[in-house]
Amino acid sequence: MDKFIFGRFIPGESWVHKMDPRAKLLISFFFILLVFFANNVMSYVLVFAVLISSILLSGVSLGFFIKGIRPLLWLMVFTVIIQILFGAGGHVYWSWGWISITQQGVISAVYILLRFLAIIMMSTLLTLTTQPLQIADGVEELLKPLKKIHFPVETLALMLSLALRFVPTLMDEATKIMDAQRARGVDFGSGGVKQQVKTVVPLLIPLFVSAFNRASDIAIAMEARGYKDGLNRTKYRELRWRKQDSISGLIYVVAGVVLLFIRN
Amino acid sequence: MSITFNKVNYFYQMNSPFQHQALHDINLEIKDHSFTAIIGHTGSGKSTLVQQMNALLKPSTGFIDVDGRQITADTSNKNLKVLRQHVGMVFQFPENQLFEETVKKDVMFGPLNFGMGEAKAEAQAIKLVKEVGLDSDILERSPFELSGGQMRRVAIAGVLASDPQTLILDEPTAGLDPRGRNEIMELVQKLHQEQGKTIILVTHQMEDVAKYADQVIVMDEGQVEKIGSPQEVFSNIEWLQKHHLELPQTTQFAISMQKKGFSFPDHLPLNEDELAIELAKQIDVEGSGELG
Repeated sequence: MDKFIFGRFIPGESWVHKMDPRAKLLISFFFILLVFFANNVMSYVLVFAVLISSILLSGVSLGFFIKGIRPLLWLMVFTVIIQILFGAGGHVYWSWGWISITQQGVISAVYILLRFLAIIMMSTLLTLTTQPLQIADGVEELLKPLKKIHFPVETLALMLSLALRFVPTLMDEATKIMDAQRARGVDFGSGGVKQQVKTVVPLLIPLFVSAFNRASDIAIAMEARGYKDGLNRTKYRELRWRKQDSISGLIYVVAGVVLLFIRN
Repeated sequence: MSITFNKVNYFYQMNSPFQHQALHDINLEIKDHSFTAIIGHTGSGKSTLVQQMNALLKPSTGFIDVDGRQITADTSNKNLKVLRQHVGMVFQFPENQLFEETVKKDVMFGPLNFGMGEAKAEAQAIKLVKEVGLDSDILERSPFELSGGQMRRVAIAGVLASDPQTLILDEPTAGLDPRGRNEIMELVQKLHQEQGKTIILVTHQMEDVAKYADQVIVMDEGQVEKIGSPQEVFSNIEWLQKHHLELPQTTQFAISMQKKGFSFPDHLPLNEDELAIELAKQIDVEGSGELG
């Protein structure tokens, strides 16, 4: 768990850190779309050039980045192997029964690996440089137009920011309960499957009970402080779109246009 | 048999950008049948320190000797059960660890995990629920129906049911009313005196330290700043202030008496009994002087 960096935040003062969360969300979304348009060597070079320069701009060390996505390696390896074994078309190198390794299969496996890498690295960059609450604010602002069709944007945003706020608290609590049960002789992560499933009970029940208690405490505390149903509230944290957000967005748009020209 | 720390350092999230050193070069010994209090500012490493004692956390460097067994960074997670049965641990807010359908089952959970027979575990549960001061009709009720104080007691009973020789309590009285606090501390004292258990108590209550402990460990910023008797630790007032610690109330009161001209020739009293004895002695002397 310690080495897993996906979804964590590293404080910093870089260009990327200071960007508006809306800009970062839009750019990440746009980038992920772009990745699916790339279909030849040149276009992948472009995608990774943009990605790596963004990472360098964030001040997070590249080595740390690569180490952090290592836990997802098995997922990538698995997809690649499936692609190689079952991809069809083009020159057949080797075949056995209905399994065959073909030229097309290998090419699409490489593409899938690259896409995987690019998407994971971009979303990791987003979460590493943006505080969870900022992401929640950004999502809320971006969903604002949906209010026209009576989508409960504020409620969703409140749920999202509460959920994000309590992820670390619940993690701490889970660790504490686990330690307490280990002190009472529970062996987490050892023994057969049945044994292991059994050890989850003394962890999950207290965790649920405390989540219920916490939820009712929070609801009462919110009501006591005058919270009603989220209508007509003012904001404490206001997002500010600055010049550097427009510049970054523009660079990505240009990269996108270039990509459309160089793809096959 | 005792607990010995030898040059123990501990890092959270070692080799990551989040690395943080919680213990610096800890050397200390906790003797069998002793009553040790660990005090210190919030975040000084007290809880990290006690979690090393039953190998929930293992030292990053150095080693700990618990009952003749060495725990180092390389100690495997297997076969730690025996150790955890010997060193019982009551966490902060232990009521959060309850999960079974009935109180009895929850108290029996620990002993059964440590391989105690069903009949014996049940006998232990019945005995301990009484010992922590609860009615036996509580045994068949759900732990989630109980009040906070009762839940705390059930949780403590659940740890005691495995019959640990050493008992670690991490702020056992936090959040309890004065009566509940007293009852828990009296229970701990009874376990220490009548059953000879080694007690390690993490606390912010200086009154409890002065009243019960025979050894005090002062922690600050992950380091052991002082080890000594309560008398030694509470004698240097300026030093305590420097480490953000307070004196027991009785001692504070004695100091204000001193300022008004009263003197305590031997040492400042740490608890009510010592203060009363000292006062009785001095008033007696003055009284007999007047008579003579």
